[in-house]
Amino acid sequence: MTGADTQQSDLPAGLAEIREDFQALEVRQRLLLLLDFSNELPELPERYRDHPDLFERVEECQSPIYIFVEVDRARLTHVFATAPAEAPTTRGFASILAQGLEGLTAEQVLAVPDDFPGMLGLTEAVSLLRIRGMTGMLARIKRQVRERVAA
Amino acid sequence: MSVETDTSETFAAFAHPERLVSADWLLAHSQTPGLVIVESDEDVLLYEIGHIPGAVKIDWHTDLNDPVTRDFIDSEAFARLMSAKGISRDSTIVLYGDKSNWWAAYALWIFSLFGHEDVRLLDGGRDKWIADSRPLSTEQPVVPTADYPVVPRDEKVLRAFRDDVLAHFGNPLIDVRSPEEYSGERTTMPAYPEEGALRGGHIPTAANVPWAKAAASDGTFRSRAELDAIYRDGAGLTDGDDVIAYCRIGERSSHTWFVLTHLLGFTKVRNYDGSWTEWGSLVRVPIARGTQPGEAPAL
Repeated sequence: MTGADTQQSDLPAGLAEIREDFQALEVRQRLLLLLDFSNELPELPERYRDHPDLFERVEECQSPIYIFVEVDRARLTHVFATAPAEAPTTRGFASILAQGLEGLTAEQVLAVPDDFPGMLGLTEAVSLLRIRGMTGMLARIKRQVRERVAA
Repeated sequence: MSVETDTSETFAAFAHPERLVSADWLLAHSQTPGLVIVESDEDVLLYEIGHIPGAVKIDWHTDLNDPVTRDFIDSEAFARLMSAKGISRDSTIVLYGDKSNWWAAYALWIFSLFGHEDVRLLDGGRDKWIADSRPLSTEQPVVPTADYPVVPRDEKVLRAFRDDVLAHFGNPLIDVRSPEEYSGERTTMPAYPEEGALRGGHIPTAANVPWAKAAASDGTFRSRAELDAIYRDGAGLTDGDDVIAYCRIGERSSHTWFVLTHLLGFTKVRNYDGSWTEWGSLVRVPIARGTQPGEAPAL
């Protein structure tokens, strides 16, 4: 078994499925799948709608995207994000993480490989610069998870 | 079979007013045979969420750059791309995009490298079109394949390479990046991730004229008088100058190239697409730091 195989089998089921969905497509179709994610970025729940103060700007993205991570009493993680409609690529990345990490334990989120964004096969289609934005998003999510667990 | 130009008063003072069209003109001419509308954006998904009806998409990254070598696509690939988009050699192309037409200008410059004659920009680009509540469509037009010839790509008249820049000292250089990138404080735009250059600063003697100075707040180009004040009075350019513009990868400087060439009428303007991601990593080339242009090196 190679190192890469080990890493793949370690991904939580939701993220593994997303990765496989992207990998199964040719490059241009991957963009359309990203667009689907973009359109499906979950709305903020009522309790966070009027609390922009809780949200952290993802500085690695040039579009204004904000994230907030909740770890509930059962130590399950919920990622909330806002990104403008006119930034569909960034919205798509946020949506992948919000949906893929939904309901994972804090430990599972922290174990997600930092280079998960690079596993989607999108670098050919959306340029490395943007993938780094998603990597930054994941790093900030993990940092918030650590802060919530420590609190 | 060129489509008639937009003769509106707004553009009349520019050196080549035929290079711009207004939204009104585009709506009136969108069905004219021989006209192809092309959207080119920074965000690769914007076209999909809504574009000008009938427009085709050309992506700067996946369509215009060679996937392996750091270069643009070659003549054969360009002919295939244009054919697939329904563009013939004599088509009138109207380009538009996000960010004040920044990426549309980049595509226009690359089309110009291949000598496509009739290329124009929609003044104000995508943002103004949407702000003015003009029609949008998510329908991808089915365009009949055109027959585009394999033509050589210009490597001398509109494009500069690093050796051209080294031989250029004594002539004007325009650095169109942000002041922070120019001074060397950053190697990428504010709010963009750092990437791609090992040293910060600028090419000695370059004047810093951030590209967006040429754009008004609605994304349209500033007036002839305002542009003259920026580039002639401000940056000291005079008619007959041999100018090289650069930025980080040659995209923002395409916008400035368009302004200098088509709006102000400078006849010798080249875009150095290697730009700072090349110069800032080259061994032993001269670099100036700080807010002053610096002296031309003795080479």
